[in-house]
Order: sequence, then C-alpha cells, then structure tokens
Amino acid sequence: MKKLLTLSLVILLIFSLTACQQKPAEPAPTPEPPAAETPAEETPAEETPEPAEEPADEKISVGLVTDTGGIDDKSFNQGTWEGVIRYAEENNLVLNEDYSFLQSVSDADYIPNLSQYADQEVDLIVAAGFLFEKAIQEVSTNYPDQKILFIDAVVDAPNVMNAVFAEHEGSFLVGVAAALKAQEAGKDTVGFVGGFDFDLIQKFEAGFEQGVWAVDPDMKVLVEYASGFDKAEEGQSLATKMFDDGCYVIYHAAGGTGNGVIKEGKDRATEGQDVWVIGVDKDQYEEGVYGDGTKSVILTSMIKRVDEAAYIACKAVAEGTYQGGIQVFDLKADGVGIPKENPNLTDEWVKTVNEFAEKIKAGEITVDPAPVRVKGN
Amino acid sequence: MDQFSSMFVLALNYAVPIVIASLGGLYSERSGIVNIGLEGIMLVGAFVSAAFVPLFEAQLGPVTPWIAIALATLAGGLYSLIHAYISVDLRGNQVVSGTALNMLSVGVTVYFCQIIFNQQRTQAFRNGFIKQTVPVLSDIPIIGKLFFTRIYPTFYVAVVLVLVTWFVIRKTRFGLRLRASGEHPSAVDSVGVSVRKMRYIGVLLSGLLSGLAGGIMVLTQSTQFTVFSIHGVGFIALAALIFGRWHPVGVLGAGFFFGFSQIFSIYSTDFALLQNIPKEFFNMLPYVLTILAMLVFSRRSVGPRAAGQSYDISER
Repeated sequence: MKKLLTLSLVILLIFSLTACQQKPAEPAPTPEPPAAETPAEETPAEETPEPAEEPADEKISVGLVTDTGGIDDKSFNQGTWEGVIRYAEENNLVLNEDYSFLQSVSDADYIPNLSQYADQEVDLIVAAGFLFEKAIQEVSTNYPDQKILFIDAVVDAPNVMNAVFAEHEGSFLVGVAAALKAQEAGKDTVGFVGGFDFDLIQKFEAGFEQGVWAVDPDMKVLVEYASGFDKAEEGQSLATKMFDDGCYVIYHAAGGTGNGVIKEGKDRATEGQDVWVIGVDKDQYEEGVYGDGTKSVILTSMIKRVDEAAYIACKAVAEGTYQGGIQVFDLKADGVGIPKENPNLTDEWVKTVNEFAEKIKAGEITVDPAPVRVKGN
Repeated sequence: MDQFSSMFVLALNYAVPIVIASLGGLYSERSGIVNIGLEGIMLVGAFVSAAFVPLFEAQLGPVTPWIAIALATLAGGLYSLIHAYISVDLRGNQVVSGTALNMLSVGVTVYFCQIIFNQQRTQAFRNGFIKQTVPVLSDIPIIGKLFFTRIYPTFYVAVVLVLVTWFVIRKTRFGLRLRASGEHPSAVDSVGVSVRKMRYIGVLLSGLLSGLAGGIMVLTQSTQFTVFSIHGVGFIALAALIFGRWHPVGVLGAGFFFGFSQIFSIYSTDFALLQNIPKEFFNMLPYVLTILAMLVFSRRSVGPRAAGQSYDISER
C-alpha cells in the first residue's frame, strides 16, 4: 500500500514536470521539399475550376505566432489566423506545409518561435498584439530580409509591416448606438470600462464619448479602468458598481476583464433588469446570450478586422507589393466597424450609425484619439 | 446607503472563497497539520469545476454549477491526501509538502487544460452562478438590502459551513478529539484514539473545503479557468485563519475584512479623500493589510500547540 502511494506520487510529480516543459503545439513543418513536388500529388483531378482562370500567383508560405492567449482566444490570435486561412483557402495553400502556426506558452517563447519561422525562410511571419513589440524588434534586426506583419503596434523597421487600427473611429459608432439606445429608454448615463489606462485603450474611450455626445451632448459617460486584461472578477465588480450608479449601457475595451462586464450584464438581464453591454474586437453577441438562448445582452460590438489585415498582407506578399511601414486600418479601409447583423439595434439606428460612418469617411467629422479627461478639460 | 449596500454585497462575494478555504485550514491546523497548500488545492478545485461546466452545461442546464462545485470538493479532497500522506505517514516537513502542493497544482491544471481544451486555460463557460434576490427576505429594511439582494447563493453556503464548523469543533466528541490531536497528540493516543486517523480527517476536510472554495471562486468571479484564477486567495485565507484566531466565527469576520479590502480599489475613485491616491495602491491593499494583520495579531493569537509537528507514536 505504502509503496503504491509513493509510486503514484512520483508519477504525479513527473507529470507536473512534463507539463511545464512545453513543446509548440503544432509541429513545425519540415523544411519544404522543392516546391514543385507538392501540388502534383496534393491536387485531386476534380478540384476547383476557378484558379485556372486567373494566372496563379506564386505560392507563398506563411507562419503565424500566437501570443500567450493561444490560437483559439476568440480574439486577436484567432481573428488573425482566420484571415490567414481565408487567404490560404482562396489560393490552395496546404496547412502545415505552406502555412502553419506556433503557439507561445510564455513571453519567453516569442523570440524562439519567430526565429524558427525566420530560419525556415517563410515568406511572411504574422504576429498580433503589442506583447510582441520587443521580440519583433529583435527578430526583425536579426533577419533583415524577413517580411513580418505586426498587428496592433508599431516597430520601426524596414521589413516590418505594422497594421494599426483607428479604434477611435469604430468606438465613435458604438457610442452613437449606445446613446440612441439610452435615449429611447429615457436614461442619461452610459459607461466605459478599459483594461488598462494607456494611450491605445484611451482611443476607445475617446471615440466612445465623442460618439455619445454627437447624439446627446448632455449624456453622462462614466469611465473606469481595470488593472489588467485578464481580471474578469475586477471587470465584474466595476460593472456592478457602474450599473448600480445608473449606467444603462457599458462599452468595454478590456479583453478577458471585459468578460466579467458581460457576465454582470447577463446576470442582471437574467433577473429582468434592462441593461446592455457593447463588445469589442469581434462580434461578441454569442458571449452575451442568456436565458433560453434567444436573447443577448450585447447591444452591438466594435469590430477590429485583424483578419482583413492578415489577408491583405498575405496578398501583398504574393503580388510583390509588400512594403514595411505603417498601414492604417480605419473606417475607410473597412478596418473597424460594427457587425453586419445587429439583432438588438433597430434598422433606424443602424441607419443613423451608418450616416455617421459616412461622415467620418468623408472627413466631415474628425474623431480625436485622446479623451477629454486626458486632454485636460 | 445604496452605494454602501452595493459595496457591501460585493465585499461579501469576495469574502466567500476566503472564508470557506480558511475553514478548511482550520480543520487541518486544529488537527495538528499546517496546510499551506490551500492555494494549490483551490486551484485544483477551480480547474475541475471550470472544466466541467463548459463540457456539460448544454446537457445539464442551470444545475451545472452546483454539480461542478461538488466535483471540485471531491477533487480537492483527493488532492489533499498527498499532503496527508507526506505529513502524517511519512512525517515529512509540512511546509515543504504544502509548497509542493501549490507548485504541483499549477503544472497539473495547465497540463490537463492542454489535453482537454488544447490551450492554456479552459473554455469560457456560460452557466456560472447567478446573483439572486431572495423573495420576501429582501424586503426587510437594511438587512434585506445587505444580505438578500443580488447576492450569489454560495454566500449562504459559506454561512452554513461556518455554523456547522463551529458546532463540530466545539460541541461534538469528534471536535474535541480533533482539537486534542493538535494540542497534545500523545494524550489523544493514550486514551486509544488514533492521532493518525484524526489528522488524516483534518487534512481531508481542509482539502474538501478548499476545493469547494476554489470552485465557487471561479464560478462566481470569473468566466474561465486560468493559472491566475486564485491569485493568492489561498494565502489570504491562511492569514484570515490566524487573524480569526483559529475560530470559525473569527474566520468569518476576518474573511469579511479581507473581502472589503479587495473592493477598495473599485470604489476608491468615488471618495474625494481617496481620489488622489493612485489606484495601484488599492490593488496592493489586501496584501499590505495581510502583512499588517500578521504583525499586529500573530503575537497575541496562539495557534494549536502541536501544529506543524509530526507525531511519532514510538517517541511517546
């Protein structure tokens, strides 16, 4: 008996050791055999007629490195990967041969993972999230010919294409939606929860308050910031406080912390309270579903089209138009916006939102990326 | 008043896992085994419940979280047996064993996340606990607002556990024997009661309760399990145990105290006096208060005399 227990203890300990030692989830594709071989055996005869029509661009290889969020984080990594997949499917790339991903378990994996792809000389490395900043700086210097797409932050290197988004413009639109909804209900207060108080997230706050005030200059906008992007319990507490203080709609730009905001909204909606939450980064309608599954507490979402950025970069590499520098994905470039389907908005509101969108695109309205709070007065 | 009641209810929600885990620590230490592995056991409980809910909520519906915390309780109990075996049977160092429990839990939970969900955390769940308003009772002036309005039902679980623990420890023969094992094990042995059995039960109860606390914590305060789901609450529970002088009711009070300290950062911006202090200070507050409480109270509060010492029957 004693021996058995000791043995099982030892096994458990070994398990825990191996658990810490992470291998990349996706085995790296072996250095590619001469490119001509693969298509010959891979393409079945009856396949797709359409690529024959257009002159096939040269096949490219793409490697995506995730941050610690993982490939199915329902946010950045997943969105970016979807963009890569979209391009790959349109161009008959083969998973794990022409395109693949490596997951990073900790911050220490960024540089090794990026370098691994660079050593394989893939045509394009894709990475999303400001967490990568230092790593990309280093890798882009070590491999000056390696094309790298960096989403959501800027590294100043000639071989890095930086995709940045005009979050304030998209936030303006959801601000308009929030104010319209609040006006209908006769409420005078809406709120914003940010993950962490720094300039990137302040763009969300700024756009939101300007959108709200464009509809109703007298409406109050309460602003709270959490102490990080992975603190769901803090998000929930902040939302509790803000809803108790009379907020009718809360817009969150807080990643995982925002899940706590959505949870509190769902709890209250389940109880029959009339409150709403606005999602961020992607259409979060599904996350807000409560009760019998037919209703959602998500009024609308501010979408960042990271997939579009990935798609466009892949295309640019294939067509030879790739260049380093900053690419702005704003409303005009369809980089931000609200979802196509908004079950909780009336057609009339969607129309109003779209009118504002047109004005921003035409330059009639300029959205300031800094909130009033920061500018002072 | 409205603001105070909304603060108060939030503090209660934070206090629940602290109180329950602290009660677990109470059983263990009363039996003579120091268990600093509460944090790790909570993490295991949190993982089990947070993994169970997304996998089964579609079939089971609203009862899912209750089944999940029952499983978390069991898992915590099982996991704590490692500690019991090392510190009771092998007479190993209890602090080292507890630390091992904490470290092991991080590896094991992430390992299973990777196997089940193919990522570093569990899939987000829909059916956590939902805040509820108790009919009738919530209409009582003041008390109704503070204890029965928009509160997680798990709060009542914590209160019941405090009462039960008080009764068991103070009023039953088992409680007497448990306490005696922690104060004077050889005396227990001399009247024919097995110290080993008492201590096994003590540690097992601490595992069951900590597992429950971890499950409740993740299902009320979060939407998925990550390695940071417990973030030090197990250690705060240990502090609450000392602060509450190894007494169930004291533990309840200490739990509230630490619960309140956690929500200060949320409300700091609402008080003119506190507005100029950076928010980070309030995020630090629960831990600073823990240290302060230790400084002030640890000298005067004396724990079970034999806690931390292994009992060797041959040395009697």
